[in-house]
Amino acid sequence: MRHNVYIYILIMFAVIYAIRVLPLTLVRKQIKNRFLRSFLYYVPYITLAVMTFPAIVEVTQSPIAGAAALVVGIVLAWCGAGLFPVALSCCATVFILELFL
Amino acid sequence: MKTEKNRRSAFLRGMRDGLPIGLGYLAVSFSLGIAARNIGMTAVQGFIMSWFGVASAGEYAAMTVIGAAAPYIEMVLVSLIANARYLLMSFALSQRLDPKLSVLHRLLIGYAVTDELFGIAIAQPKPLDPVYSYGSYAVAIPMWAIGTALGVIAGNVLPLSVVSALSVALFGMFIAVIIPPAKQDKVVLLFVALSFAFSFAASRLPLVSTLSDSARVIILTLVLSAAAAVFFPVRPDDMEEADI
Repeated sequence: MRHNVYIYILIMFAVIYAIRVLPLTLVRKQIKNRFLRSFLYYVPYITLAVMTFPAIVEVTQSPIAGAAALVVGIVLAWCGAGLFPVALSCCATVFILELFL
Repeated sequence: MKTEKNRRSAFLRGMRDGLPIGLGYLAVSFSLGIAARNIGMTAVQGFIMSWFGVASAGEYAAMTVIGAAAPYIEMVLVSLIANARYLLMSFALSQRLDPKLSVLHRLLIGYAVTDELFGIAIAQPKPLDPVYSYGSYAVAIPMWAIGTALGVIAGNVLPLSVVSALSVALFGMFIAVIIPPAKQDKVVLLFVALSFAFSFAASRLPLVSTLSDSARVIILTLVLSAAAAVFFPVRPDDMEEADI
């Protein structure tokens, strides 16, 4: 790593903290601009989706196990399972499948 | 004026509601710690990152920048994108505070606006008692930071099969965040599918695949979100539901 990890962390913290605190301290009204509101509405889901795939099939030893975890996670979340059960089921799927693959 | 006793009871209520959140954090941040170890971060660095970041996707995105040894400006952009949803939450939360609440309290509440801690704060009667939030933070933040450090340490000790299994916990959490809204809103569903497809293509295509992971995340998020906002603008009354 050429760069200093602590400087990276400091920059990350400064940006995240500004994002969290500026609306609370400065802005007391809702955003009016329709494009901006829509954009901000979609950003979280799209960025999480982009980060999840294909990364999930690249972190596991077997890509098939990672892909299976993705499917299991989607099905369970679709059926209403919460954050913690979904995360654990994904782990269990990978663990079990990699015993055989 | 609030009495000392009221403050203490609000703090304790916050701690009680923060405990189950903290337990979930412990497991997920463990997975984050494994990711930190994979890019060569130490347990202390992982602990500090989580103590100050208190953000799963935000920290994971930051690690893609650190792992790629990308320029510092990329950390700024990635952090803006990966944490943009907190901007929405803080907007929503700002409507819940006593208008006369001091800036100091606002600065403290803003420290840990996360999906879960925001969720329990919103469920409180209006105006939100900041002391309640501090109670929940006092339990959840240390567990988040400790879990990350443990992930870095234990990632070296645990067998490869267990590390491999645990490394998907973080993605499982991301899935659990994006799927429920995708089920309710077909546009979100469409764009989640498009995100998967474009992200996969971008990691394979010549030229684009030479970009760092974090640069790909920024570009794809900006392009796809802008497209969604242009073609499927959200009606203001939908937003009220969707924000929270």
